Amino acid sequence: MQYLFESLGKAISLIVQCDTELALIVWFSLKVALISTMAASVVGIPAGFAIYLNEFRLRRVLITVLNSLLAIPTVVIALFVYSFLSRRGIFGSLNLLYTQSAIIIGQTILVIPMITIFVVSALSHLDIRYRKTAMTLGADRRQIAFLLLHEAKFGVAAAIAAAFGRVISEIGVSMMLGGNIKGVTRTMTTAMALEYDKGEFVLAVALGMILMTITLGINILINYFQGNINERYG
Amino acid sequence: MKAVLLSSVLRVILVLVVCFAVSVLPCSAQEVVKMSTTTSLLDNGLLDALLPVFKASTGIEVHAIARGTGAAILDGRDGNADLIFVHARELEEQFIADGYGLKRCPIMYNDFVLVGPQQDPAAINGLNDIVAAFCKLASSPATFVSRGDESGTHFLEKKLWKEANTQMPAAGYLSVGQGMARTLLVAFEKQAYTLVDRATFLNLNQGDDETSHLVIHCEGDKKMHNIYTLIAVNPKMHPHVNLAAAEKFITWIKSAPALKIITEFKVANTSVFFPIKED
Repeated sequence: MQYLFESLGKAISLIVQCDTELALIVWFSLKVALISTMAASVVGIPAGFAIYLNEFRLRRVLITVLNSLLAIPTVVIALFVYSFLSRRGIFGSLNLLYTQSAIIIGQTILVIPMITIFVVSALSHLDIRYRKTAMTLGADRRQIAFLLLHEAKFGVAAAIAAAFGRVISEIGVSMMLGGNIKGVTRTMTTAMALEYDKGEFVLAVALGMILMTITLGINILINYFQGNINERYG
Repeated sequence: MKAVLLSSVLRVILVLVVCFAVSVLPCSAQEVVKMSTTTSLLDNGLLDALLPVFKASTGIEVHAIARGTGAAILDGRDGNADLIFVHARELEEQFIADGYGLKRCPIMYNDFVLVGPQQDPAAINGLNDIVAAFCKLASSPATFVSRGDESGTHFLEKKLWKEANTQMPAAGYLSVGQGMARTLLVAFEKQAYTLVDRATFLNLNQGDDETSHLVIHCEGDKKMHNIYTLIAVNPKMHPHVNLAAAEKFITWIKSAPALKIITEFKVANTSVFFPIKED
């Protein structure tokens, strides 16, 4: 027990002193996770709208596939992307493996299904009359999409926040595609794994505390969004 | 509708390209050499001592990826690294014979030790012959923790089992598939035997309870010599590799200031790496 308390004390002083290595790792993780979440949102939100608004064959199949992709382990995505980015793969010449871009690509692919499915679900919770009224008033599909986006904005925001929570806390993609290079691709989770490898826990405990604070903040945010949804429609 | 969909798809692609361009730019601003390496060199801190000095004197940044010898050699074969820093002679020679590596440049050595619990259930303490120790291990009720990750250490371990012409019984053999330090921690928690490089062993924080500390049971056998070698990846196989920077690193690490860092690098107040003189 004493060991744990000692590590905790040192970790807190590391955070308070704003240790450069720690700050760099945190900053880098946030940056990568933000870019991945943005890129995934840009793909996932329109995809969610497209699935919701259009009737097509295999729609249910697509939704089932996306749902099952939510549970896919990060290492599977990493392995898949690795096979493309490695020099043996078709994008090998782009020199992307073991770079920040590689992590971003992997994380983006990881959360696109998540955002898509959450957006579909947020839209499905809307009252169908919004859409019908807009149609009777002569709105075109684009106007309907914007109307629905406005009505479902909390659900969409919750989808983005949940995706951010997933990428900031994943390790498989960061480790396999980033390579845990010091000062370049070392994220909070890979740094924690390395410290654990070394049998040293101070930095890992400090990072763990920061990570938990971030995920707690995200969940408060999601809760806030969902509260807004329930107030409106609950 | 189709037009809307198309234009939104185009916008998506545009944003993606910008995102990636932004994230790639800072990386390409300076010269970088990618080095795939064993986990032990990163775990015990030697690379953290060397690389910043190299960067300060040449401006080249070394991106060290710790993967274990087998995976590092694979990185070299696939062209995912410019340089490998490994320790398994047969694998290195094969790597060069296959045309993927240019030349073995032995940099330094340390040695492996066989560590285990103080009670020594296999009664191997003090044996000088590592193969004899492995024979005794196999016929004892002890537990042995193996790296199991095709690393240099794992490679040596497999070679020693082969020479001893025996195997641990399955119940006493834990293949953990992890880096050196973590494997050692598993051995510590399970009070088992394992093969480890001396630097990593000295670095292990075993806590205050001295009765549970692992100790060295077998050391000094010539077969336990551990030579760390740098090999640049052959540009004939992978034209994109940064050979100039890789060679600069090899030259630098053999220079006096770098050798001084290696010699003076201490773990638990003990020198652990010894430079190899040019032949």
